Amino acid sequence: MAQQIDRTGTPAAERAPAAAAPSAAAPGPGRRFAALRRRMPRSTFGRHALITLAALVAVVLVLELTSPFRNSQFATMSYYAIAAAGLTVLTGLNGQISLGHGALMAVGAYTTGLLLTGDGGLPLPVVMLVAAAVTALVGAVVGAAAARLHGPYLAGATLALAVAVPGLAIYFDTALGGEQGLPVASPHVPSWFADAVYFLSANETPTAKYLAYVGWGTLLLVLLLLANLMAARTGRVWRAVRDDEVAAELAGIRLGRVRVLAFVVSAACAGLAGAVLGIVVRLAAPSGFTIVLSLGLLTAVVVGGLGSLVGALLGSALLVFLPPAVTNIGIGAGLDGTQAAQLAPFVYGVVLVLVMLLAPSGAVGVTKKLWNRSRKNRRGPSTRRTG
Amino acid sequence: MLGAAPKVWAPPGIGVTAARAPGDAHVSALTSSNGPTSPNGPPAQPDLSTAVFAASGIGVRFGGLVALDDVSLAVGTGQVHGVIGPNGAGKTTLFNVCCGFVRPDAGTVLRHGKPVRNLRPHRLAGMGIARTLQGVGLFAGLTVAENVMVGADRHRRAGFAATLFALARSDRDERALRGRAMAALSELGADGYADRLPDSLPYPVQKRVALARALAAEPDLLLLDEPASGLSNDEMTELGELIRTLTDRMSVVLVEHHMDLVMSVCDRITVLDFGKVVADGTPDEVRDDPAVIDAYLGEEATHS
Ligand SMILES: Nc1ncnc2c1ncn2[C@@H]1O[C@H](COP(=O)(O)OP(=O)(O)OP(=O)(O)O)[C@@H](O)[C@H]1O
Ligand SMILES: [Mg+2]
Repeated sequence: MAQQIDRTGTPAAERAPAAAAPSAAAPGPGRRFAALRRRMPRSTFGRHALITLAALVAVVLVLELTSPFRNSQFATMSYYAIAAAGLTVLTGLNGQISLGHGALMAVGAYTTGLLLTGDGGLPLPVVMLVAAAVTALVGAVVGAAAARLHGPYLAGATLALAVAVPGLAIYFDTALGGEQGLPVASPHVPSWFADAVYFLSANETPTAKYLAYVGWGTLLLVLLLLANLMAARTGRVWRAVRDDEVAAELAGIRLGRVRVLAFVVSAACAGLAGAVLGIVVRLAAPSGFTIVLSLGLLTAVVVGGLGSLVGALLGSALLVFLPPAVTNIGIGAGLDGTQAAQLAPFVYGVVLVLVMLLAPSGAVGVTKKLWNRSRKNRRGPSTRRTG
Repeated sequence: MLGAAPKVWAPPGIGVTAARAPGDAHVSALTSSNGPTSPNGPPAQPDLSTAVFAASGIGVRFGGLVALDDVSLAVGTGQVHGVIGPNGAGKTTLFNVCCGFVRPDAGTVLRHGKPVRNLRPHRLAGMGIARTLQGVGLFAGLTVAENVMVGADRHRRAGFAATLFALARSDRDERALRGRAMAALSELGADGYADRLPDSLPYPVQKRVALARALAAEPDLLLLDEPASGLSNDEMTELGELIRTLTDRMSVVLVEHHMDLVMSVCDRITVLDFGKVVADGTPDEVRDDPAVIDAYLGEEATHS
């Protein structure tokens, strides 16, 4: 008989011959996991809202129990995580790489700086929403161009964005403050918020802690909405377009629209991240949004595990907490301050290279693999022989 | 897509021509006089205005090469229409024209007798047309059930906002899509693999999943691109029976190299050679047509 070769180029004869039986319901941890799932609310919203609420409790506990210095570190982590969550959706789920997310954050930060005037101006949530919307609009334009580009071309186009946007801020220096940057008004702590915190923990709420709450509140909301998208049709279609354009198109999916939508959602997250950055740093300056920021986000997403929201959280935690930890270790080992500070980027680079080499699926991917392996081992050979 | 699309836009994988060994099987199947007869008796040639789907006077050139020249074909309701021909005859190109991947230089594609203007691949599903790809073309990062749910995507109801806020509407929609997917999978006996990733499955199962993905769209016209490649003889017989059971719901166009399958399953067959239709008729008529035997003998001569 004529040997047939499929699209992948593998001759049929070399493929696995026997039909493996579908895996039986796994006993042990699998069943326990299923039982836990059964106790969760049936609706996607109920399930995600419950998890978000639990996370909120954890956030309150951590922010109330840690020092003001840690509070400000958590605030920094929140805006990295918001941007990284948006980026992991774009790159991990939809397969589009972006080196321009730092620039999109700049759009959000500058918008916030222009709109947030302190007393009597727009309230903070409105300003943040507008920042997200403006950045989403920029994202739509970039995304429409990006939808036709692939691989290195897409990287190049978004890189151009990363270079151009800070340049814009310098060019329009009267409105945007030039090199010096645009100061961002610090929002007041609302008295109802301070009262609520005092009621819960008998702690005062300094501005730094309030900003950490704003950052983490925004982060949890972003994660909730992204998780909703990922659990349903939108996420499935993003992944389908990433995996096989032709098959997706034949299923009636409009590739361009789907790609632009992913870019818009991702850009809106970057805009929110920029808004949080603006109020936390109290400044939107070109030097804060260089290509280094974009690359940092991308590495955070890769280290954590592409396409995973938990991975984005882990990656941004590493981005914020690893360098000072390394510096401290360096000083402990007898290095002077400058030497220790130079050690941090070096260690970060080494970690990144190691992850790329040893665990390209990132931290979350490795955990999943280990978990699956332990499940398989416990299932034992008796069920596997049925295959 | 956006703006001025190039005339020929064949993405990777769409036009890949399967490498074949010299096919003496084809000739023997064609020349054997005691082959299987057409299942429904000789069906009449549907004319262009009553056909579910038709191509009329299609011409395609790639540079100096004439890939298709005045090719017409008409598929009747509930018919299985085979398209056969030796290597490079233009079968895949014809399929790509029917799907909007290649824009023809001449001729029109007709749906229920009406010309289809500006045919684009993403519009096919909405027109009730589904196509399987040569190979499998499954989404590697999606489970089997999710793969088939993408196939059923044209039946979705909930929009972006419903998904973003996880409204009850979105959950209902997801359940409905999953229901359609599971129904399509169990029709093909693949529902037991719903939560597996495609790469972990044997090739014949992957082909079944790919077929389920096409069926989940509930098309009334199914275009099958070499569905039997990589299948064993038993699986091929099973596939043939399945295709016949589909005919009460849809018409099928079948591009296939396995002559036994084509001869036993098709109501009508169009034979292409060097981009031209050399025969069109029932399997019995086509089998004895000297032009067809010439085409295949010519092919064998070049191979030996
Ligand atoms: N995109 C393209 N550009 C240039 N030439 C092409 C293109 N697609 C197909 N051809 C040529 O057109 C002719 C018909 O090819 P086609 O793939 O349609 O044949 P086929 O009947 O499907 O062959 P096979 O049975 O081997 O799959 C071939 O000579 C092929 O080389
Ligand atoms: Mg072909």
